[in-house]
Amino acid sequence: MEVPILKQGHYLIASIQSALTDADLSQLREALIERVGRFRARGVIVDVTALDVMDSFAVRTLRDIAHMARLRGAETVIVGIQPEVAFAMVQLGLTLKGVSTALDLEEGLAFLNVQTQIRIERGGPGRLDRG
Amino acid sequence: MATKGKDAQSPLPDSQAQTESTAALLRELVAHLRQNRTQLREEWARRITRAQLLTAMTEEEIFAEATSVYDNYVEALETGTFEALQAYARNLSERIIPRGVETHEVVGIVLLLRDVLARSLFSKYHEDFDKLNRILDAYEPAANRIANTVAVGFVQERERIIRQQQEAIRELSTPVLQVRERLLILPIIGVIDPQRARQLTEQLLRAIRTNRAKVVVIDITGVAAMDSNVANHLVQTVEASRLLGATVIVTGLSPEIAQTLVTIGVDLSEMATVGDLQGGIEEAERLLGYKVVPLEELTPKA
Repeated sequence: MEVPILKQGHYLIASIQSALTDADLSQLREALIERVGRFRARGVIVDVTALDVMDSFAVRTLRDIAHMARLRGAETVIVGIQPEVAFAMVQLGLTLKGVSTALDLEEGLAFLNVQTQIRIERGGPGRLDRG
Repeated sequence: MATKGKDAQSPLPDSQAQTESTAALLRELVAHLRQNRTQLREEWARRITRAQLLTAMTEEEIFAEATSVYDNYVEALETGTFEALQAYARNLSERIIPRGVETHEVVGIVLLLRDVLARSLFSKYHEDFDKLNRILDAYEPAANRIANTVAVGFVQERERIIRQQQEAIRELSTPVLQVRERLLILPIIGVIDPQRARQLTEQLLRAIRTNRAKVVVIDITGVAAMDSNVANHLVQTVEASRLLGATVIVTGLSPEIAQTLVTIGVDLSEMATVGDLQGGIEEAERLLGYKVVPLEELTPKA
């Protein structure tokens, strides 16, 4: 099942609706990374609220998405991990190190707003605009 | 059903007749016990006091309980059914356990009653040794079964209470409190075993979601000791909370715990730690963008 990717302002939102196969996950990774460039996105949100299981491949794919998107200039945040899933993940040692997480979509958007703002203030993409 | 037990022990051709005679003997026995109720009951209560059992209860209470135990005892002997006695034993246990009555006391009083009754049988039938033997044959299995029932009932009730209290302690022991919008504190007190650590994490994660918490302060001032298992649980809790988008600050690590953790080499680099609970809450407020200002500083500007 293909995951729909929505564009919302400077952000891309991929909302996973059902359990995904490994192929679906890889497809999601490719599509997201490609679109980060096409839409010049600053942030990526992957919503996993609907997932009640997260295996090592899924976790690795999410981590890859975050790292690849960062290389392409976008910050990634994973939102909506269920408490049970989080508990199972840490027990299996799948802790998404170096990847930002947030409670839900709203939190994720707020996080990205802060994050991109900091980048602009540090003299990121907005530096030249300000002259 | 003591008579049935006897059947199984002696499957003789005349077992039918024997069963009947056992029933008849038990009837005779019950009649004897009913007749001498007052005197035997008093003797029993006296011996309880002398043996210094049930010291948590007053003499009147002992006598009142002794009366009901006696009547239930005789009834169980008469009917051969133990349900009523079992229910009574459970009820009795429920009443006396909170008052600190010990298992050995309950077993002791039932055995005393058995002895008192056996003595009275001795004195009644001491002239007819054969009859005494047959009466005791009928009496002993039933009496032992009764003692067994009461003791087991007591222990079961006690175990049930212990289980209930453990459950209550477990629930009470992990309160997750909201101190400010999006700020939770989790004070941990006492020993953390794997089961409790698991429950703690689950409760915290659920609370993070329902309260939409951004920062959690885990205070372990009340934790006396920590081993690598517990430390790993703590690290897991921190990681799991982060996956839900909450930052965890751990406070109140005692010098001993700090030393142990460094000695056993637990990697706590991922964990934000602050000295005490106050510092932890201040740090959390800072993360949430709060600033606490004394009122005097505010008023002149207004």
